[in-house]
Amino acid sequence: MSSTALSFRRNLLIGGSIALLFVLAALLSFVWTPYDVASLDIANKLKKPGVDYWFGTDHFGRDIFSMIMVGARTSIAVAIVAVGIGLLVGVPLGLAAAAWRHSPPDELIMRGNDLVFAFPALLIAIMITAVFGPGAVNAIIAIGIFNIPVFARLTRGAALTLWTRDFILAARVAGKNPLRISLEHILPNTLNLLIVQGTIQFSLGILAEAGLSYVGLGAQPPTPSWGRMLAESQTMISFAPHLALFPGFAILLTVLGLNLFGDGLRDYFDPRLRRGSR
Amino acid sequence: MTLLAVENLQLKIHGQPILHDIDFTVAPGETLGIIGESGSGKSLSALSIMQLLPNGSEVSGSIIFDGGQLLDKSEREMCDVRGDEIGMVFQEPMTALNPVQTIGQQVAETVAVHQRTGRRAAMKVAAQTLERVGLPNDRFPLSRYPHELSGGQRQRVVIAMAIALRPRLLICDEPTTALDVTTQAQVISLLKSLTADSGMGLILISHDLAVVADTADHIVILRHGRVVDSGPANTIFTELRHPYTQQLYRASAYAPAHTREGVDTQALLEVREVCRDYPLPRRTLFGSKQWFRAVDSVSFVIRRGENVGLVGESGCGKSTLARAILGLEPCQSGSIVLDGEVMYADTGMPQSLRRKVQVVFQDPYASFNPRHKVSRLVAEPFHLLSPVPDRNERARRVAEALISVGLTEADGEKYIHEFSGGQRQRIAIARALIIRPQLIVLDEPVSALDVSIRAQILDLLAGLSAQLQLSYLFISHDLSVVRAITDRVLIMQAGKIVEQGDTEMVFNAPQHPYTKSLLASVPRLPGS
Repeated sequence: MSSTALSFRRNLLIGGSIALLFVLAALLSFVWTPYDVASLDIANKLKKPGVDYWFGTDHFGRDIFSMIMVGARTSIAVAIVAVGIGLLVGVPLGLAAAAWRHSPPDELIMRGNDLVFAFPALLIAIMITAVFGPGAVNAIIAIGIFNIPVFARLTRGAALTLWTRDFILAARVAGKNPLRISLEHILPNTLNLLIVQGTIQFSLGILAEAGLSYVGLGAQPPTPSWGRMLAESQTMISFAPHLALFPGFAILLTVLGLNLFGDGLRDYFDPRLRRGSR
Repeated sequence: MTLLAVENLQLKIHGQPILHDIDFTVAPGETLGIIGESGSGKSLSALSIMQLLPNGSEVSGSIIFDGGQLLDKSEREMCDVRGDEIGMVFQEPMTALNPVQTIGQQVAETVAVHQRTGRRAAMKVAAQTLERVGLPNDRFPLSRYPHELSGGQRQRVVIAMAIALRPRLLICDEPTTALDVTTQAQVISLLKSLTADSGMGLILISHDLAVVADTADHIVILRHGRVVDSGPANTIFTELRHPYTQQLYRASAYAPAHTREGVDTQALLEVREVCRDYPLPRRTLFGSKQWFRAVDSVSFVIRRGENVGLVGESGCGKSTLARAILGLEPCQSGSIVLDGEVMYADTGMPQSLRRKVQVVFQDPYASFNPRHKVSRLVAEPFHLLSPVPDRNERARRVAEALISVGLTEADGEKYIHEFSGGQRQRIAIARALIIRPQLIVLDEPVSALDVSIRAQILDLLAGLSAQLQLSYLFISHDLSVVRAITDRVLIMQAGKIVEQGDTEMVFNAPQHPYTKSLLASVPRLPGS
């Protein structure tokens, strides 16, 4: 018991510090960056990492470290809002579908989900940008829409098994209506799944934003984003690998940190583990 | 001559001692019964013999099987022993079989693994073995799947898998606990005949004294990982030398004192001609809908302060009937009248009516939301009161309810996983009591509990009933428990109530053939 309690505290601590580091970097970039990312400095282009430029410079002579700081804003914001859209719309849909299980509203919700699922996220993004034009906000919406059926299905599946449990029957005997049961009993017990899926979707969101920016549908120049930095480094990877390496590491570390944080958070919310050491 | 001799067996798991100085022997053709409550180490003793212990286990002592030391054998050598020389049957027949393989394949698999025979030869052995366990091939072809069989038939298949290679020793861990009484009687007589025919040794592990006393030649009683008493089956429960044996024996046959004094003549619950149908899946696309009648025109009355038992085997419709009485599911016809008011299921049911009936479920581990504190769990039905009591009043009544079931006020601040099964069942009773209902539906409330805990809970229920003039609908498949606590009993079979009457009269002079067969199947403790 105590070893599990320890491990979730460690996860929470390590994951949380990594995530916090990137959030702080993103916030700091509003007031200060080592160099201005908007101005070009062709004289110092493609510098290797060193004392002056910690992570080196790109082909326009912009400081990579500064760009990663500013890029964190786009990447983290896109991922948070996209997961938020998925949670806020998907979870209530899933709870509702489970509460009305095997009836027309359930069918309607779930077949609607299947419809969204049938389109790849990239296709949705292309459709949205075709209508509204490219940009970070539209990328957020596209990724967010793709998250909805993920959460709706997960919630419904977990809720369906919970609805058969005795403690739900007891709540029904206590006269609670499906809405209250869903909020008081079903939702807290699906939290562990939702938190883990949330961190996975968050990671996927960062990657999706990178993917969209890569094909030019995400954040538009000159706004830096990790995905676009990767995309632009592609042609120069043989002689300037640091252009790809640092944004790649940034994505990797954020995803790792968030997954650890999510695992720790899930265990923290589980009273069986939290107080298990007593 | 002995087949198996366990001497001075010690087991530690992650350094924590679990078993201490366990000694027992089994002779060929002999049945050894191991009795113990949960946590006594009875299953781990069996797993030690099979060397199927969890990671981090350290075993010492000696387990000699057929002249060879099992503790010295390597994992590979043990693989040859398991299944071939020693067979094992576990408790749960529903999960012990692979649902996507036919019963023939599953029995044949054991044979093929050990004898490296061809498929055809293995299937032949499987067919013979299934005949031996009472599943004749013309009625139960090898191509049947587990879901096409009943629980008792599945347990026969599991036994067939264990005995296909005619092992010298068979270990059965709670083989009948998940089965109905009549099925239990059949499985036990099967086990008896198998040992008598083949000279196979049998270790029967159970918490049920009557089952073991009925089957075993020799009995070992375990407690906290130690052998506290052992002796021949025919004398151990008549001599009762050890205090723990006495305690178990008394708890098994325990009946709380209760009188019918509090019983009113006025009816509290009237169930009239109630039917409950379930739709069956359509067989053809345009075929008409088929219905399964789970409860078939059931009528009965529960008077104020009366404890009524509802007895029947699994699938007879007793839980469905309970749900209808709780107003969770609508009835297709008939009516349920509670305290003079007609009950309409689910949403239409007024809160004033709903608060007159509460429920306690069988599984103390599944009946609570693990994320809430006990005080909040117990307070859940307050929702039904109008006006809802304020914070102080709630806290006071939660404390009162916890104290009335033998817990303390401080327990309200804990989470449910911090309690044992018996304590959880007390909390479930507290939750049912808190809004002072008139009727409590108890759906197998003591079936998942150890005998000594069961006695305490029965005592508590009987005391509360007398004190608060509560009525119970006590649903159980365990006839001895029903006899101990109820005034009147209803016997249910295939959706119908086939017999009802005063408990003692029904038990002493059953009229319906089904009641007679039920009563005949109950294993009896010697001297009771």
